[in-house]
Amino acid sequence: MNLLGKLDWNAIPLHEPIIMGATAFMVLVVVAVLGFITMKGAWLYLWREWLTSVDHKRIGVMYCILALVMMLRGFSDAIMMRAQQAVAAGGAQGYLPPEHFDQIFSAHGTIMIFFMAMPFVVGVMNFAVPLQLGIRDVAFPTLNSVSFWLTASGALLINVSLAVGEFSKAGWWGYPPLSELQFSPGVGVDYYLWSLQISGLGTLLAGINFVTTILKMRAPGMGYMRMPVFCWTSLATNLLIVAAFPVLTAVLAMLLLDRYLGFHFFTNDAGGNQMLYANLFWVWGHPEVYILVLPAFGIFSEVIATFSGKPLFGYRSMVAATMTICVLSFLVWLHHFFTMGASANVNGFFGVMSMVIALPTGVKIYNWLFTMYGGRVRFSVPVLWSIGFMVTFVIGGMTGVLQAVPPADFQLHNSVFLIAHFHNVIIGGVVFGLMAGYNYWFPKAFGFALDERWGRASFWCWFIGFYLAFMPLYLVGLMGMTRRLQHYDNPAWQPWLIVAMVGAVVILGGILCQVVQLVVSIRNRETLRVAGDPWDGRTLEWATASPPPAWNFAVQPRVAGRDALWSSKQRALASKDEPPARVYEPIEMPKNSATGFVTAFFAVVIGFAMIWHIWWMAGLGVFGAFLTLLAFAFRRRAEIEVPAEQIARFDRVHQAGAAA
Amino acid sequence: MTEARYDRAPGDRPSREMQAAAPSPVLVYTTGLFLAVLLTAISFWAANTSLLWPGGVALGLAVLAIAQMGVHLVFFLHITTGPESTNNVLALAFGVLIVFVVVVGSMWIIADLNQNMLMPSAEPMNLQMQH
Amino acid sequence: MNISVAIDGVPQEALPSASEAGPASKRIVVAYGFWIFLLSDFVMFAALFASYAVLVHATAGGPTGAQLFNQVTVAIETACLLVSSYTCGLMSLAINSRRYLRTYLAALITFVLGAAFVTLELREFASMIAIGATPERSAFLSAFFTLVGCHGLHVTLGLIWLVVMMVQLAVMGFDATVQRRLLCFSLFWHALDIVWVALFTVVYLMGVSP
Repeated sequence: MNLLGKLDWNAIPLHEPIIMGATAFMVLVVVAVLGFITMKGAWLYLWREWLTSVDHKRIGVMYCILALVMMLRGFSDAIMMRAQQAVAAGGAQGYLPPEHFDQIFSAHGTIMIFFMAMPFVVGVMNFAVPLQLGIRDVAFPTLNSVSFWLTASGALLINVSLAVGEFSKAGWWGYPPLSELQFSPGVGVDYYLWSLQISGLGTLLAGINFVTTILKMRAPGMGYMRMPVFCWTSLATNLLIVAAFPVLTAVLAMLLLDRYLGFHFFTNDAGGNQMLYANLFWVWGHPEVYILVLPAFGIFSEVIATFSGKPLFGYRSMVAATMTICVLSFLVWLHHFFTMGASANVNGFFGVMSMVIALPTGVKIYNWLFTMYGGRVRFSVPVLWSIGFMVTFVIGGMTGVLQAVPPADFQLHNSVFLIAHFHNVIIGGVVFGLMAGYNYWFPKAFGFALDERWGRASFWCWFIGFYLAFMPLYLVGLMGMTRRLQHYDNPAWQPWLIVAMVGAVVILGGILCQVVQLVVSIRNRETLRVAGDPWDGRTLEWATASPPPAWNFAVQPRVAGRDALWSSKQRALASKDEPPARVYEPIEMPKNSATGFVTAFFAVVIGFAMIWHIWWMAGLGVFGAFLTLLAFAFRRRAEIEVPAEQIARFDRVHQAGAAA
Repeated sequence: MTEARYDRAPGDRPSREMQAAAPSPVLVYTTGLFLAVLLTAISFWAANTSLLWPGGVALGLAVLAIAQMGVHLVFFLHITTGPESTNNVLALAFGVLIVFVVVVGSMWIIADLNQNMLMPSAEPMNLQMQH
Repeated sequence: MNISVAIDGVPQEALPSASEAGPASKRIVVAYGFWIFLLSDFVMFAALFASYAVLVHATAGGPTGAQLFNQVTVAIETACLLVSSYTCGLMSLAINSRRYLRTYLAALITFVLGAAFVTLELREFASMIAIGATPERSAFLSAFFTLVGCHGLHVTLGLIWLVVMMVQLAVMGFDATVQRRLLCFSLFWHALDIVWVALFTVVYLMGVSP
């Protein structure tokens, strides 16, 4: 019996120069970062303050860092594909052989959805929601840490697949029969499946955490209709996570059973049904895109109201639209496979539902426009991203409604027109929203603002680059080009694909501007220092210091109306009385814990072992995870008490700074 | 901190005012057990008897199952219509909706797809879901 | 203007509605969080049920449910799980009254009945495999073993959890944390019985009815 399962030295793809180059680069970066930390003597600090932190603010920042790093990996896949398609016209084969190209498009989709967009969205919600609700942390802080580390484990496995073994060639959905053992005998699909199961568990736990937090733990006085809109969209998102991710877990588990134990859920023989996979995958897949975009909508609501100096127009209709989208997103999934052969009744029902779901989104667009109308709009970087979103997302939404008509979709399904559409809404909606949120909340998280000039430059590069990269794809899609082509015959497509390549390079410029923005801002952080409320905000997070202390609020805020902070500021301005002297009490905060990090370690062990069929190692990993759980369960103290003196001291400094 | 009157989870001991009127907890569980046993017995009988029209048996079994789930929710999980259960009931309703959409939606879609698949022979791929 | 102090100036009127009452106590928060987890588990089972419903006739020339299922076994399994749900309820009452002996006794009976359920199910699986009705035989059998097996796996994990909880009780006593976790356990155990109701109805009873 082979002690290392399927693993041997052949797993390292030494004969593939591009992959080895990428691996070498990745290893270099990792070594450089570890070396830098060692040089600064920061390991203890890192362990105590970040890796074992259960503070939602720290966890949120770590999620965002993971997302930004994985964006670089996902984007390099993107630019490689654009380069390949720009040259592989006529008889040309380009520089990427088909087996490699297939792994690239599979990795690009998987990374961008699961390890860029999801962590970024969850990270922003982590940071902002408890602050906006006026509370000290989420419902289950240690579980929050576990969620982050499980997501990071999934990301680690995907990155390991570059160096050891291969990645899936079956696209980011992994449709059988291609993803079955018969047609994908290697480890690629297994890397995909285990990585997603592990991070999917993390995401599900985060969903449970946030639903509970938002429904059961708001500040006194903050009834449902006084919650910030970002919290409403976070509620809808996390309800969708709780409702949709279990379906993904089930369908990926069924594929795992087929591959590992010879079951017949989706095989060609013995009664398997491949259409069942597509059906169940998209039952998860459609709510997933709303999980991504709803928090972005929430960010826009906050940014636009703040920088227009006006309350959000149509709060009630915003809330209604959000919850309507939450429910409707579960009734449209078949539009991802109109062409799989369903009859007109079925296609018609889902086509109509797909058009109906555009209505509440339209309500939101009008509300944002009416918020800006009559306000004194400050065109800050977050507002630029918001306006860019409004234009771009509307176009993308329209091409979506166009494809919601089944006969039209029969022409456009799996063409690059579809690619253009979903990048249009995901980049225009999700990415632009996250960039707005990033610029908006960065000063709160770190105590200094991001450089404005480089921020504007990055926005314009992303905006122009996006249109250059994806508008040609609409045209080429209508000209008949299908997706995922490693090479193509029709020379008429090539000029457009070259334009698309140029667009990708401009987006690269945008990403580089963001890197420079970060570096410059850190270097100039003393000049860019801000106090608690740099934007003249309307919601409670701006009432804390920047960065907020671990306990967020020295004294539990009481809320009397919508836009809690704004109404308080107005009242304070109007009243001439001295506010009552604060009474400080000791606060119990959750204790830091290594549970998350150690659980992640065992998750990686289990995942890697299962992928390579190293059964004894997988068993050890499960046992280790169980011991970790027991260690957590039997810990004596779960909380530490922060003394009132410490809180008072911090708060007096913060108040002095705010009054200045 | 929360007001005391809102500080109760489903199934917590009733407040002083309610304690006099509340049934004994053991009685609640025992009633639940009795009802569940009854519904289970009827289900087993319905599935095996020839006295009922076969077409209605499946529907009857489904109704009995739902009734028994209700018994579990009320008698074992203490879900009531009171304010301490509201969030639980709403979440449960959402969950039931999702379960319904996933199960019924999938069955409808796959049945429709299977019907439209032109198969040269019935075996080896037996896609028929319903007789 | 001092923003941070401004938020203190909010008048302290009576807070009438539940949604404005401020953060709930830990007991409520934990119980609700676990309730949401249970709902997510129900959705996962829904996906497995949907697969079973779609594949139930895909027997590929192999044995069908009517040929394989033994209703006596299923009835005994149902009785075991249902009574164990009842004894779990009695255990909850003992926990609320902080009575150690009754808690351990009720837990023991719950464990024995749950273990009996799992044993019977494993024997059913073994006898099916012995006659060649393995999950690799057909899509129907794959779906059956996965759906029923997933429930059985949940029950097994519940039994392990129960043992750990009794050890915790012995070591830490009726600590607030221990009580919250025992509340979660009983929610879990009752939820498993709810899933079993759906299971025995859809898989076994509808599977064998004429």
